[in-house]
Amino acid sequence: MYINTPAQPPETALPAWGDAPTSRAPGWVYTNPQVYAREMEQFFYHGHWCYVGLECEIPNEGDYKRTQIGERSVIMVRAKGEPGQPDQVHVVENRCAHRGAQFVRERTGHARHFVCPYHQWTYRLSGDLAGLPLRNGILQAQEDGSKTKQGGMGEDFKLCDHGLTKLKVARRGGVVFASFDHSVESFEDYLGPDVLHYFDRVFHKPLKLLGINRQRIPANWKLMQENIKDPYHPGLLHTWFVTFGLWRADQKSQMVMDAQHRHACMISQRNEGVAGAATQGVTSFKEGMQLHDATLLDIVPEAWWSTAGAPCLNKPSGANSTPTVVMMTLFPSLVIQQQVNSLSTRHIQPVEPGVFDFVWTHFGFEDDTDEMTQRRLRQANLFGPAGFVSADDGEVIEFVQQAFAAHPQARTISEQDGTGVHNTPHNVTETLIRGMYGYWRNQMGV
Amino acid sequence: MDFNTVQAITAMQQRCAQILDSNDLSAWPDLFTAQGCYQLQSRENFDAGLPLSVMHLTSQGMLRDRVVAVSGTIYHQPYYQCHVCSAPMLTTLSGSAVRSESSYLVVRTQRDGMPHILSVGRYIDDIVLQDGAWLFAQRLVVFDNDLIANSIIKPV
Repeated sequence: MYINTPAQPPETALPAWGDAPTSRAPGWVYTNPQVYAREMEQFFYHGHWCYVGLECEIPNEGDYKRTQIGERSVIMVRAKGEPGQPDQVHVVENRCAHRGAQFVRERTGHARHFVCPYHQWTYRLSGDLAGLPLRNGILQAQEDGSKTKQGGMGEDFKLCDHGLTKLKVARRGGVVFASFDHSVESFEDYLGPDVLHYFDRVFHKPLKLLGINRQRIPANWKLMQENIKDPYHPGLLHTWFVTFGLWRADQKSQMVMDAQHRHACMISQRNEGVAGAATQGVTSFKEGMQLHDATLLDIVPEAWWSTAGAPCLNKPSGANSTPTVVMMTLFPSLVIQQQVNSLSTRHIQPVEPGVFDFVWTHFGFEDDTDEMTQRRLRQANLFGPAGFVSADDGEVIEFVQQAFAAHPQARTISEQDGTGVHNTPHNVTETLIRGMYGYWRNQMGV
Repeated sequence: MDFNTVQAITAMQQRCAQILDSNDLSAWPDLFTAQGCYQLQSRENFDAGLPLSVMHLTSQGMLRDRVVAVSGTIYHQPYYQCHVCSAPMLTTLSGSAVRSESSYLVVRTQRDGMPHILSVGRYIDDIVLQDGAWLFAQRLVVFDNDLIANSIIKPV
């Protein structure tokens, strides 16, 4: 017999972290739906800047790109500026103010205005509501020849009250970030001076779009942040990194965070990849491995790699004047990759607690030679869903997710280099993961 | 195009699918010329005229490096793949060069998992006659499923 029971109010209390240190995250941080829902509000919809795209994806007025912030669909569009002013980039939510239809379906396109197909509410590129059919109803002729008004919106209905949700926009170096929270601090303050320095190091001249790769990874979104805050794994999991000296424990490296430890830079300098202490007992190290075609790693240093003028970091003397790799994590949604000549943004788009989409936008610079463009495209073989040093990242974090789904009370041990949180002049550390969880616990109140 | 040419080309393509579905990919590069190119590219990039691919191998040597990675360097959940390929549409480019277009479906079966579609799309091949054998000068694989189910380790 079916018994209709009243719906229960949603359970909003989050699990307790307990007495364990921040270096020991419980499995439920990756699996609990209430935790995930709180994260969406706390990190993706309030108080933080989220990545939207590159300006070179929308070069002309009216060009738009659809993307995600958290689970919400948003549109980045280039529009004409005020007279005498440069172009504007607007970011608006892809949700009609009327009935909520997500009206932009293509990933990219060109528009003079946005029209929702459902009832043809029409918006300017800025998100302002320009008009809607039958706003004043219709005048219907009666049998006696008079006309009466049928329908129409109320007297107090104003177009200006019903635009699309407009996001606050930050543009820097050809990269666009947005926030649903108009009271968010400036983008520059959000990154802090040290992280901003490394951001500007990459985004210092006009960009050229090379293309986009997408993967859906069955793991919690934070596991990808942690993967790129973990300089301990690349020289162990990834044969190519340890064997060809692209990333390993014996390289000159430093780890740099913002004051709140939410963002990080992993900065390192390539070495010759010979056997040594960093390869002892490392099964992924293949001594003597040669490529059949060495042009896969045809690396040419670029002038901008130098970090001359870097802000005051706890830098050992002489180290890292010219990093060959800087991997940046901007909390919550972005990884910025420079690994030798390969450049990309990697956008984290949460789908549900145990799933996120990972969208790679590869780029070069407008003034690249054809030869450099071809080099960047060849080195892209290392990265993305099939990458020689990236495909296995998606695989292993899936394995992590599977384990914690089965055992949410089990805990990680992120204690390489102790339990403290501080910038380091080496890469044998999990300090960046601990830093992120310190920030996460503070924001989440757990 | 005479029957023997059609037969030789389709047999080579079927041999390619057979190798890719087997447990040993080491003969796969032999179906390409020395400067043969293999590109696995999303339809999103292909249609937009953007050059980025998921795999972009520009010589037979690079194909061999990919084979080494599949068996030896990229850690992954083991899987089988199974190709289902259409008959090709062939166009003569010259006496020793043919353009071929065909569609494919690749099903992936991981350990402890049900079969799932890994990739669906089409092959655009430039095939040349070299020393009596038809070989890929270029195989461009354009896949419709822009969103890849986690990773793609083996060539398709």
